[in-house]
Amino acid sequence: MEITANQIIFFILSAIIVVCSVFAVTERKILRAATHLLFVLLATAGLYFLLNYHFLAAVQISVYVGGILILFVFSIFLTSQVGSEMPAVKLSRKIAGLVVSISGAALCLFVLLTQNYPGAQEISEGEIDMTEIGQALMGVDEFQYLLPFEAISVLLLACIIAAILVARKK
Amino acid sequence: MIPIEYYFVISTLMLFIGVYGFITRPNMLAMLMSLELILNAVNINFAVFNRYLYADQLEGMFFSLFSIGIAAAETAVAIAIIINVFRHEKKIETNEVKNLKY
Repeated sequence: MEITANQIIFFILSAIIVVCSVFAVTERKILRAATHLLFVLLATAGLYFLLNYHFLAAVQISVYVGGILILFVFSIFLTSQVGSEMPAVKLSRKIAGLVVSISGAALCLFVLLTQNYPGAQEISEGEIDMTEIGQALMGVDEFQYLLPFEAISVLLLACIIAAILVARKK
Repeated sequence: MIPIEYYFVISTLMLFIGVYGFITRPNMLAMLMSLELILNAVNINFAVFNRYLYADQLEGMFFSLFSIGIAAAETAVAIAIIINVFRHEKKIETNEVKNLKY
């Protein structure tokens, strides 16, 4: 089986995702953990590019990497000493976490890999037309998403107010 | 072509690494970061299912989009709460914050 450029890129991205997410949950300096999380999120955006979902990848980069991660970094600066390490995890806690996650991963992988995907097909080349995405987002017919769009804008407004209300000084 | 199962392996590993972090992390911010990993793994699955099994439709992509938006909202509120806890208690370690009510 010949190896295409797409597959090489996929393997690089997946190696980055697995290694950096392990570091993101085990690194004891929290700012370094946030940096590893940054690489995981960027590699995920790379996977979306591979799937030809360019709009989704752009949203992933701008919202996750540009928004959420900046929030994380600022709140780390506000709440912890620079260079301080988190206390070591207790062995019993570590074993519990490993048991839960390994058994869960084994179960999920078993189900996912023994399943047959009849419709799985070659990815068509080229990105999805932006007009199509825009019309699906702004329409009210079947498979169009104006209502969830509006609901999410109300949710974001409520979230802004809640964040201000919770975080302000008395 | 990349088989669809490869994507599932990646997203499953990412999800359960996130679960491991959520169980073991002693710090609220680090727990929230593990939560981001979990949400991100689910988003990958939505997009992959959409692309490989229903390539002419866009449901999975819009699910991912909305889920990214909701994750952003959730993180903002959670970080506001954490900062408020820090202001009262001067620490954000989960087993040291004992008086959330007052």
